[in-house]
Amino acid sequence: MSRYELISQLVTQQTSPYQILAKQQLSPQIKKIQVHAPEIANKAKAGQFVILRVDQEGERIPLTLVTWNNKTGTITLIFQEVGLSTKKLGSLQVQDAIMNLAGPLGTPSHIKNYGLAAVVCGGVGIAAAYPIAKALKEAGNTVVSIVGARSEGLLLLEEEMKQVSDELYISTDDGSKGHKGFVSDVLRCLIGRNYQFDIVYAIGPPLMMRTTSEVTRPYGIKTIASLNPIMVDGMGMCGACRVSVGGKTKFACIDGPEFDAHSTDFNELIRRLKIYPSEERLSLDFHEKAQGGICRCRQH
Amino acid sequence: MQTTLKSRSQRTLRQNTAVPMQKLNPKTRAKNFNEVALGYTEEQALLEAQRCLGCQKPRCVEGCPVSVDISAFIKLLKERRYDAAIKKVKEKNSLPAICGRVCPQEEQCQKLCIRGKTGDPVSIGRLERFVADFERKKGLLIPPIAQSTGKKVAVVGAGPAGLTVAADLAKLGHQVVVFEALHSAGGVLVYGIPEFRLPKKIVQDEVYYIEALGVEFHTDALIGRLFTVEELFQQGFDSVFIGSGAGLPIFLGIPGENLSGIYSANEFLIRINLMKSFRFPEYDTPIKVGKSVAVIGGGNVAMDSARCALRLGAEHVCIVYRRSRDEIPARAEELENAEEEGITCKFLAAPTRFIGDEQGNVKAIELVAMELGEPDASGRGRPVAIKDSETTMEVDTVIVAIGRTPNPIIQSVTKGLKATSHGTIVAEAETGQTSLEGVYTGGDIMTGEATVISAMGTGKRAAKAIHEYLLSKDTEDNSSPHIFHIKPIIR
Repeated sequence: MSRYELISQLVTQQTSPYQILAKQQLSPQIKKIQVHAPEIANKAKAGQFVILRVDQEGERIPLTLVTWNNKTGTITLIFQEVGLSTKKLGSLQVQDAIMNLAGPLGTPSHIKNYGLAAVVCGGVGIAAAYPIAKALKEAGNTVVSIVGARSEGLLLLEEEMKQVSDELYISTDDGSKGHKGFVSDVLRCLIGRNYQFDIVYAIGPPLMMRTTSEVTRPYGIKTIASLNPIMVDGMGMCGACRVSVGGKTKFACIDGPEFDAHSTDFNELIRRLKIYPSEERLSLDFHEKAQGGICRCRQH
Repeated sequence: MQTTLKSRSQRTLRQNTAVPMQKLNPKTRAKNFNEVALGYTEEQALLEAQRCLGCQKPRCVEGCPVSVDISAFIKLLKERRYDAAIKKVKEKNSLPAICGRVCPQEEQCQKLCIRGKTGDPVSIGRLERFVADFERKKGLLIPPIAQSTGKKVAVVGAGPAGLTVAADLAKLGHQVVVFEALHSAGGVLVYGIPEFRLPKKIVQDEVYYIEALGVEFHTDALIGRLFTVEELFQQGFDSVFIGSGAGLPIFLGIPGENLSGIYSANEFLIRINLMKSFRFPEYDTPIKVGKSVAVIGGGNVAMDSARCALRLGAEHVCIVYRRSRDEIPARAEELENAEEEGITCKFLAAPTRFIGDEQGNVKAIELVAMELGEPDASGRGRPVAIKDSETTMEVDTVIVAIGRTPNPIIQSVTKGLKATSHGTIVAEAETGQTSLEGVYTGGDIMTGEATVISAMGTGKRAAKAIHEYLLSKDTEDNSSPHIFHIKPIIR
């Protein structure tokens, strides 16, 4: 027995390497973080996402990769604080670490020189659209970007989008900047002015993507939507992210997240995003009241 | 005279009957996730071990996919040499506390037990569980590790197959790194099998044991995306084992399947087991279970889903299976447990469509009655729909548990890796050797959906083949530097 040793003492707490190196507030609810993740930064491609888990009790949530740099070994994520998980993530400070970070996930965008490309995006969808616009530009496309938000203060990455676009149009719901109305109005107007788009990317809230795809449908313009269904594992196991495309069930996490917008059943996507509203409220209340606030992450 | 006869028949009866294992009362256990089967006490284990005849040519061993020397470990158990008994088991099986709980012993070792000819076979699984739990309580022991060979092996997937390969190769002196896509190691043992059948603490302990053998774990690493198989070789690995397991759930392909309230069993169980939504809102991942739940399918996954639904507050849980009770693929023990807890079964019925309410939530299933026709390829009667026999069943939650397809990611990005039309990886059955040199496979990704122990069996054979491959390989080419950062497992 002397050759054997007890291993119970082997169980030690170890810390996660996914440290937050920088953090920036882009609007009252929208935050940008830079995270140390060299392996992911090395492999990321436009259109891909990560799944992260803030702490031991946390959900697995998908976030689109916004930028990545394999020299600094960092990735950038932008998120809106809407539910418990994004609030928990937003409560992390510089030097805190995200417990788990898996990626890059999903099929990368199919980038090539299409000719004239429109990138139509809204809300936090602008963050997801930025790497695609950048990649389209680098592939030689003429890129026309149409970015929208509820109001001027919520417009993301305006400068960055300008740099990767040949033309940039802005629309806000309240008219505080650019066109008053929706991004799809601007697209319709440009098509009316004889912009002959070879491809349109629609990225943002499902309603916006649906409206945009209806604008391009009569003209038969190839339109791609980046879908954002609920995911759990995000690697082709659970089927939570199933969407109907062309009457067939597809899995956004591995078949997507990008699909032909004209064949996508957006109504089903919208409905499936609303499966857990009461649970989301309950979960927020539980943490805010019973647990004395969300910002407990340093204790883990 | 009378008494002697009586005592003799009593003794025969005792010898023919297995010592029963205590289980939690069905009424109370249906309300919590505590482990149902409580295991043998020392006294019970010794009593049951006495039933083993210690055959000269034990047949039970032939029934074990990893060839545990069953009669030898039971002999040691009889002698109360528990440390030696578990050591004997672990010579062949690195996950005994798990196998003692979830192996279908009645189809394997116990099916061949000579005692089974006249009565109950020896309860080999319960005895294995007893010795494994005895060791876990006392503290795990690390066996001697062979001197380092300087060879490195990447194991893709920390499920039963991958853990077995990792343990076997580590003991032989190879450096092993396991890449797991999810945030914790264990594969189906952590995301699939529920707490009340296999407590996650036990899986954790078995994983610690494998870590203690010197195996490194890199979680959150989806091979095919983070690194390709080719890149693993570039990083200096000499061989790669792919045990990426089952992937996408199979759906029925009938109208209404994407209504809210319809889960795949995979999603339902991942939320509950991996994400611990049974402890929501203490854990953040929600799960929605209505009053009336239907589970479609008749396998062990269907049983697990049904019993989870019951524990999450469902009032009626009904298993809908298209064949009859005799053909049900679940273990008899699991069906019995489910029925004891109050779960009902509807046999010879299959869904034809799901009916939703105005908000898009499922509210009913249309079922068609089936009858069994000519036997199909599986040897079981082919279920045939009876015309105009449609009925509806009101439900608010449906769990579709009709199987999974192999995970497609690695096959789709690895050049030269041959896959079958079913999506499994093509490999030699005895070694797991794939179409690529140095690349081996095992578990569900090779065989299609199977059991924990059969996955371990394929892992064991692959480990042997990998060991032989590494030894036969020219020793001069192992100079590739170890250049990448390995993240420690997080607990």
